Amino acid sequence: MTQVTMTVNGKAVTRDVEGRTLLAEFLREGLRLTGTHVGCDTSQCGACVVHVNGNAIKSCTALAADLDGASVTTIEGMANPDGSLSVIQQAFQDHHGLQCGFCTPGMVMSAAALLKENPKPTETEVRAYLEGNICRCTGYHNIVKAILAASGQDVGAIAAE
Amino acid sequence: MYSFEFAKPKTIDEAVAALAGEEAQALGGGQTLLPTMKQRLAAPATLVSLNSIPEMIGVCVNDAGHVCIGGATPHAVVAREAAAHYPALAALAGHIGDPAVRNRGTIGGSLANNDPSACYPAAALGSGAVIKTNTRDIAADDYFLGMFETALNEGEIITEVRFPVPQKVNYQKFVQPASRFALVGVFVAKYADGVRVAVTGASSDGVFRWAEAEAALNADFSKAAIDALSPPEGTMISDLHGTDAYRAHLVKVMTGRAVAAA
Repeated sequence: MTQVTMTVNGKAVTRDVEGRTLLAEFLREGLRLTGTHVGCDTSQCGACVVHVNGNAIKSCTALAADLDGASVTTIEGMANPDGSLSVIQQAFQDHHGLQCGFCTPGMVMSAAALLKENPKPTETEVRAYLEGNICRCTGYHNIVKAILAASGQDVGAIAAE
Repeated sequence: MYSFEFAKPKTIDEAVAALAGEEAQALGGGQTLLPTMKQRLAAPATLVSLNSIPEMIGVCVNDAGHVCIGGATPHAVVAREAAAHYPALAALAGHIGDPAVRNRGTIGGSLANNDPSACYPAAALGSGAVIKTNTRDIAADDYFLGMFETALNEGEIITEVRFPVPQKVNYQKFVQPASRFALVGVFVAKYADGVRVAVTGASSDGVFRWAEAEAALNADFSKAAIDALSPPEGTMISDLHGTDAYRAHLVKVMTGRAVAAA
């Protein structure tokens, strides 16, 4: 066992982990932060995306022990301090950017990473950035709309599709 | 995956020492190795992470004007930091996998794995890069030995990769839509001493130089120069994503596009 200390959603946590403990397992089973979903477990689907030191990564394909000292943000850390939804989350609700909701944590985390890097992405840029996030319900249109809306852009053009 | 010991060295020397152990395996970003271990296709006794060695991370330009990339540098960092020095290489790095994969996967990991459909082998071979390890410098021409095979010895670590910057260059990737790997990718680079054409994704021997196209492009660097050529069909990969003839055809098409865009 290796002792690992991380800052998760602003809170310092220390746990003993096996070498093979994945970050997703560390979050879900160690910290009971079950908002991070594991869809495929083969790094295709993106449901498990979290931010590590500000960068979006797939938590099913990173070892907790390798991230000792890292700062991690999960979907549980995305709401505003008063508990209300963040701009991105609210936009997903407003534009019906989810149906079953399984992919949504990863979608929101990827959207947040995109908007940090590129505050006013085009529709094409949004779609390209979501290459590693699979949704089997929505057909992506409403997810793309939600992200464009969260960036403060008019989604009228795409809403007409 | 099976249980293993985990080591997280802080220096290259510590990593080399850790890798000397029985059945020890180096870990880059883990975007290939961890899925492989989950499927129990690999079961190292010790995994030695190369992700916390500061001297192996980053992009710089040396006195010779070569772009030097630390072996543990993630693709996203190359995409960002090499953009000013070697835009084609940065663009290639910025289109590997998806954004989350690019934040984790490393150049050293990609080159050490030498997946026959990976992008970086085409950049390294096409640029005539030098693969620097903890013990020696290996020319790209001597490094790639076949599918998943390289000149690396047991326990040898890629510490840096040095890329000479070409006069004209372009990489064209025909993406396999499910995996995002190259079904065929062609890297064309024109240097003062000649043109290099490196092809990934196509051959069952892994990345290769298309010598015939290089000769034609040395005489005339234009798309028309390769019109009459046909890539070697016999060694092309044939699978459910494409036949060998289809891949051979794509090699020529993508080479033409790369030359036109260079």
